[in-house]
Amino acid sequence: MTNSLQETEKSDIIFVIGTNTTWNHPVFGGMVKKAVKRKGVKLIVVDPRDIDLAKCANLHLKQRPGSDSAVLMGLQHIIVKENWYNKAFVDERTEGWDDYVKSLEFYTPEKVEELSGISKQLLIDAAKLYATSGRGALYYAMGITQHTHGVDNVKACSNLQMILGNFGLEGTGVNPLRGQNNVQGACDMGALPNVFTGYQPVTVEENRKKFADAWGVKVENMDDKVGQTVTTMVNNAGDSIKAIYIMGENPMMSDPNLHHAEEQFKKLDFLVVQDIFMTETAQIADVVLPACAFAEKTGTFVNTERRVQISNKALNQPGIAKNDFGIIVELAKRMGCDTFPETPETLFEEMRQLTPSYKGMTYERLEKECGLRWPCPTEDHPGTPILHVGKFSRGKGLLVPIEYRAPEEVISKEYPIWLTTGRLLQHYHTGSMTRRSKVLNGLVPYAKVEINVVDAKKLKIKDGEKVKVSSRRGSIEIHAEVTKKIQEGIVFIPFHFVEAAANQLTNDALDPIAKIPEYKVCAVKIEKIADCC
Amino acid sequence: MENTLKITINGKVYDSSPGKTVLDIARANNVYIPTLCYHPRTGKAGKCRACLVEIEGFRGLKESCALEAKDGMIIKTDTEQIKQVRKMIVELHLSNGEHNCIACEKNGHCELQDMAYHCGIERPGFPEYHETIPLDDSAEGIIRDHNKCIECGRCVTACNNNVMHEVLDFGWRSGHTKVICDNDLPMGESSCVQCGECVQVCPVGALTFKNAKGKGPYWELEKKKTICTYCGVGCSIDMYVKDNKWVYSMGTEENWEKQTNKGMLCVKGRFGMDFLDREDRLTTPLIKKNGKFVEASWDEALNLVSSKLGETKAKYGAGSIGFFTSARTSNEDNYAMMRFARGVIGTNNVDHCARL
Ligand code: SF4
Ligand code: SF4
Ligand code: FES
Repeated sequence: MTNSLQETEKSDIIFVIGTNTTWNHPVFGGMVKKAVKRKGVKLIVVDPRDIDLAKCANLHLKQRPGSDSAVLMGLQHIIVKENWYNKAFVDERTEGWDDYVKSLEFYTPEKVEELSGISKQLLIDAAKLYATSGRGALYYAMGITQHTHGVDNVKACSNLQMILGNFGLEGTGVNPLRGQNNVQGACDMGALPNVFTGYQPVTVEENRKKFADAWGVKVENMDDKVGQTVTTMVNNAGDSIKAIYIMGENPMMSDPNLHHAEEQFKKLDFLVVQDIFMTETAQIADVVLPACAFAEKTGTFVNTERRVQISNKALNQPGIAKNDFGIIVELAKRMGCDTFPETPETLFEEMRQLTPSYKGMTYERLEKECGLRWPCPTEDHPGTPILHVGKFSRGKGLLVPIEYRAPEEVISKEYPIWLTTGRLLQHYHTGSMTRRSKVLNGLVPYAKVEINVVDAKKLKIKDGEKVKVSSRRGSIEIHAEVTKKIQEGIVFIPFHFVEAAANQLTNDALDPIAKIPEYKVCAVKIEKIADCC
Repeated sequence: MENTLKITINGKVYDSSPGKTVLDIARANNVYIPTLCYHPRTGKAGKCRACLVEIEGFRGLKESCALEAKDGMIIKTDTEQIKQVRKMIVELHLSNGEHNCIACEKNGHCELQDMAYHCGIERPGFPEYHETIPLDDSAEGIIRDHNKCIECGRCVTACNNNVMHEVLDFGWRSGHTKVICDNDLPMGESSCVQCGECVQVCPVGALTFKNAKGKGPYWELEKKKTICTYCGVGCSIDMYVKDNKWVYSMGTEENWEKQTNKGMLCVKGRFGMDFLDREDRLTTPLIKKNGKFVEASWDEALNLVSSKLGETKAKYGAGSIGFFTSARTSNEDNYAMMRFARGVIGTNNVDHCARL
């Protein structure tokens, strides 16, 4: 996030797209609701479903799945044409205007209505309300990124914020809400194929030298090319990739096309999985290493607003399980490297010395100051709640032209219904933790597909009855929830349930740049299961 | 902020900054004033009158939770009159409900019990009169006991103004006001999402967690500050644990204004921690032999991993090995694996699963 979670009441208007906030980021969802219902902040929701926040929104735009960038660019088309944009900000702080404006031409309200199903008038109303209400903050989540054109969607979001001057001020910004508790931290720590900690590129010799020196290895032994992403590693398993070491993840359940992931992992010479449970992925591993869960170790986590926070050890590990980092330190020793720091705090110390944006953070400060937001370059720096104040980190903000692309898979005669996937309030990710929780699993014990009343009637499906949902890749049986919350022609399935894994159905086509699979949209058909038992 | 005002409480002078209530200043200086309806996160309600104090030059007693401190104020908190009023408040509550402290979940950190103790009340002075209302244990995680409710309104404010779920309200039933869910539905059938915020602010045992029942009285629990393992909000959680087991979660109250979550939690952070103690946790390394997992020592397992990775590197090069780190493990874990991939193996094939 460019801004902070606490700023909701500082906005004049909030724009929410691709996030069912009150379910996926519940505490923050409450803060948005409070700003809107108690402090008079306006709200625009763009979501195909009648999500909770839509109930208190000034406007709700129900787009067809996969048409997000068209909606975003369509709004910008209107804003620019009507001269509602912030000219001073555009002149002073951005570049690329001409190409960008040219690309907007395509997105006329008529065209966008056709692509998204949102009426022309509603688009115009939304553009006007958002552009003329003052400070606007934009929040998005996986609904924006999990598409073959996810990168375009994100750029369309920042374009919108740039032409309105919504950067560098309290209550503005482009604010992705991260789905897992340390996505930000994993990225910050250089758990990416192209960068070391703090986004220092591996292709820059100076950076390699800095890390090689600190780690006591020869710079010639460091890899100077960008590595492979998770998804390409899975695709190359058995070919260029022979061994994989997985820490704390269950890609077999979270992979968009389950069958594919399993086949690929089986081609490996060697698979190690380090986890807290015998997950689906661990079952096909050669070696399984038992790890401590979050409450069984001390460590730092970075939330979606870049705030680094300390989590303390509250419990002992089960059996002889070990900390994730401890296992790696032991393994390093066996492979001839005994210079790893061995406690969380000393690891953090080594890391911060190598990472300019973390340099000013210490465990002591993190504890005392309830966390710090990076960049925090020196020990007397208060941290940075708002990025891009007065200036973008790259100098000028780049307005990016965006060409419309349809989702990779579209509905057809055989598969006439759009499927979109997501999370429930009560469950999380692949369900390995929440399905094991008495209260959470008690609240929602099984999966349901949300289907519109009209579609259900056509298919003679009753609420609660089991149906078969199939895509080109597979099919699952699942209970139907007949509801008006979802539009006709679209169904929603949560992806937490092994016995009805939505990812059997989804498409593994990737965004060409971010390599994020198209999780959110694919085409399915729904059939009644012949009356049995 | 600078200390620009002085007030006198029970004959002692205290410095403070402006904008504080008399209660704030008393609490900051360990002067005892009981409160029942006030909570830092729900604010003043002015309902219970437990916090009455005397101000020199004013007639009558004033609610200190709502009284802004002014320079030169002279306050008394321990007059006979105040003691009498407090006693009466406690006695009324005790006789209007069923306050059996012995096995109450709140025993040891109940604000009414605390106040009774300070007033020296061992048993209710008025004849007990009340109609027993059945327990509401219809919800998955929360038990409601109306007989212990003191109608302070904290839960209603918290549900409507903090977490914004707008479930609770005051209703009227057979001559009594009563906190109700929606239109007086059992909690388990109402729109309540079981976030537990109402339990966290309840001063007495009217709202408690099912999962905590019988797991140990308050004074045997240890409090540890952790960060929620679920979504990217990163709520600060005080985990209450005993005998190496999680008992319940509270949003961190200390410095709540500076915390990400301002003391609140959602249903996952609140109740989703029992996975930690599941029997099916992995407890020992496992090596697959002839298609079956066999328990192994750390030495065996790590030696095997080390030799396999070494062989693979020798045969196919460092680039044939890949590392998946995790968006759910700590920075330190991610850093260690990143360093291992790049510094020990020599490959940039390191990524995490957030994309998936
Ligand atoms: S658990 Fe949460 S939603 Fe339910 S009544 Fe309490 S505060 Fe409201
Ligand atoms: S308590 Fe809920 S809102 Fe807070 S971090 Fe955990 S999952 Fe997210
Ligand atoms: S605490 Fe002040 S009136 Fe209740």
